[in-house]
Amino acid sequence: MPTPLEAASLTTDTSTALAQTASTDRSFARGLMPASMPVQFLDDLGHRVQVFNDDYPEPSSQQLVAAYRAMVIGRRFDIQATALAKQGRLAVYPPSRGQEACQIGSMLALSPDDWAFPTYRDSMALVTRGLDPVEILAVPHGTAHCGYDPRASRTAPQCTPLATQLVHAVGFASGEKRKGRPTVAMAFVGDGGTSEGDFHEALNFAAVFKAPVVFLVQNNKYAISVPISRQSVAPSLGYKGIGYGIASEQVDGNDAMAVLAVLNKAVAHARSGQGPVLVEAHTYRLDAHTNADDATRYRDSAEVEDWLRRDPIPRLEAWLRHKGLIDDAFVALVAHQGEAFAADVRERMAINLAVDPMSLFDNVFATPTPQLLEQRAMLEAELEAEEASR
Amino acid sequence: MTTAARAEDICASPPPQLVTMSGAINRALRDAMTADPDVVVFGEDVGTLGGVFRVTDGISRDFGQDRCFDTPLAEAGIVGFAVGMAMAGFRPVIEMQFDAFAYPAFEQIASHVAKMRNRTAGRINLPIVIRIPFAGGIGGVEHHCDSSEAYYAHTPGLKVVTPATVEDSYSLLREAINDPDPVVFMEPKRLYWSKGSIESVLAATKFASFGRAAVRREGTDVTLVAYGPSVEVALQAALAAEESGWSVEVVDLRTLVPLDDETMVASVRKTGRCVVVQEAQGFAGVGAEIAARVQERAFHSLHAPVLRVAGLDIPYPPPKLEHLHLPDVERVLDAIARLQWDDDTDTRFLPSDSKGGAT
Repeated sequence: MPTPLEAASLTTDTSTALAQTASTDRSFARGLMPASMPVQFLDDLGHRVQVFNDDYPEPSSQQLVAAYRAMVIGRRFDIQATALAKQGRLAVYPPSRGQEACQIGSMLALSPDDWAFPTYRDSMALVTRGLDPVEILAVPHGTAHCGYDPRASRTAPQCTPLATQLVHAVGFASGEKRKGRPTVAMAFVGDGGTSEGDFHEALNFAAVFKAPVVFLVQNNKYAISVPISRQSVAPSLGYKGIGYGIASEQVDGNDAMAVLAVLNKAVAHARSGQGPVLVEAHTYRLDAHTNADDATRYRDSAEVEDWLRRDPIPRLEAWLRHKGLIDDAFVALVAHQGEAFAADVRERMAINLAVDPMSLFDNVFATPTPQLLEQRAMLEAELEAEEASR
Repeated sequence: MTTAARAEDICASPPPQLVTMSGAINRALRDAMTADPDVVVFGEDVGTLGGVFRVTDGISRDFGQDRCFDTPLAEAGIVGFAVGMAMAGFRPVIEMQFDAFAYPAFEQIASHVAKMRNRTAGRINLPIVIRIPFAGGIGGVEHHCDSSEAYYAHTPGLKVVTPATVEDSYSLLREAINDPDPVVFMEPKRLYWSKGSIESVLAATKFASFGRAAVRREGTDVTLVAYGPSVEVALQAALAAEESGWSVEVVDLRTLVPLDDETMVASVRKTGRCVVVQEAQGFAGVGAEIAARVQERAFHSLHAPVLRVAGLDIPYPPPKLEHLHLPDVERVLDAIARLQWDDDTDTRFLPSDSKGGAT
């Protein structure tokens, strides 16, 4: 049995060496226009189909196998985190079960030096990037606002104010380009976030400054309880890029092969200096918004059942088995790795981490103001008095 | 021009060259850009045009479009873009064209600019300067004259700088650009055309430190605490008060965050009386904070309550009425006159039926 550390490093491996190199034809065949139907490589049963995928080279077998493993481990992590939230060990957890193809595909399409600008729901993506799951969960665990080192992990803090981080991604990517570095920024947003002003400002700035950014809209059909029909009547959220002069695409977000194919190309396009790309991935949030939400108040279980049929994991598994790229032993091994990963998270989250109360004053400014030093002294005295009275 | 600058003019030989505040800020930007290739300037109309107040005049021409450039017209975008640029290693100096035009960027400023160092446990700092021409007195129409400093001063993680002199506008901006943390640099519009010398600060080896108020005029009877556009009003009031026999000290805070409690409180301990002068609407404003801090720290030295002279609690008025809104010398003198110079009871805030009935 692999140790938890080995399990963690396995997922790290998938996030590094496997980014597809640029395809031969980097520009998009349809110009700015997304396909009229979501790009698809695999149908719900994992059969190879040809739906508007002419423009995209098929991802390598190696990348697909890595995606399968990362999806299994990612889902197991997500389920574990949801369980921890239900047990009260996490204050809250926004799950992304059902969105594995987007979460994993986005990360496998990046090179290690690229940056991600995730939202609060993209924890699975961060696991795939190789971040320590306990550090990812520091926010709901209540110990920090961001538990990981954004610079070391090349991952911006998970962002709660919707769409605000998209503009950061644009400024960052533009800055990297100005510095002569070939970095691409992968910027995440949900369907609800596309209604925010910052989404539109980010697209426009990215286009005007030709910033190497890939905007990935995970359209999971709900913004908490509000359905996509109340969010937008655009034929596809992907169409929102056209008006800004951005190459846009829509893809079946539960088809890992299609997500990888489109994002591999989008990343190559951005890296080659041709500007940003907007991709809408059609997917579904199988769980509620968070553990504090009750999804039965706003959607039928029949709808959820329908989306369960389109589960991205069995779909890719069926195709990989059909191609002889994986077998029972591999599937069992990966499932085992997922369990080990979850066990490690469980074990380490059971430890109550002490947080230094004096750290409250550490990073308001580089140097605390005199007023903060006064408040620091006050708190210190309070805590000492408390200690003395024990 | 301040009294201090005027005194220098008289003493110096040959007379120093005078520049406007907008010229001094332009010079500060140029000097900072020369000193550090990572300093970049961007915003609306700051490129070819040189800004609506000409503060960035010629910078794009002289430093190139990569260093000083126009952006699309979207303030949240500008600030968010600066966050990303700072993460990539730049030191952005961005312009919000007018005070009220910065409001669309408030979420970026309050949720990201102010908090990034804190959220990331010090792993990402944002050396961004947000320049905001602010306050009124120039006959501007609505949305062009707001005093928005309290919003920023109330937000932990932001430094808020309010220069009142030409010299400070240069020196404090250089210090702001060097600062590892975000600074909201609030330029009093009506002082853009004021003149002063920056020769001494150009020759200095250090820029003005944040959190160090300046005593612009010494006095013994009452302390006026002011900042930004109100410092000149306070100085004029101090001159006028002299005729009534009051010796007035004027403290220019220079930076609202960090705030120099020490200097203002030392002054009030000496004089025993304090009036805070601010152009912004008074309710829940910076002046209220100052008044509270002075009485917390110097209560036993006070002969009278700390009073405030502030703008009215109204949306900024149309140009023809702004003179009624803006604190002026008369209002400051009225406040000074109320500082209990005799033993009469101050009945102003007593219920109307007990007025004059107190014994």
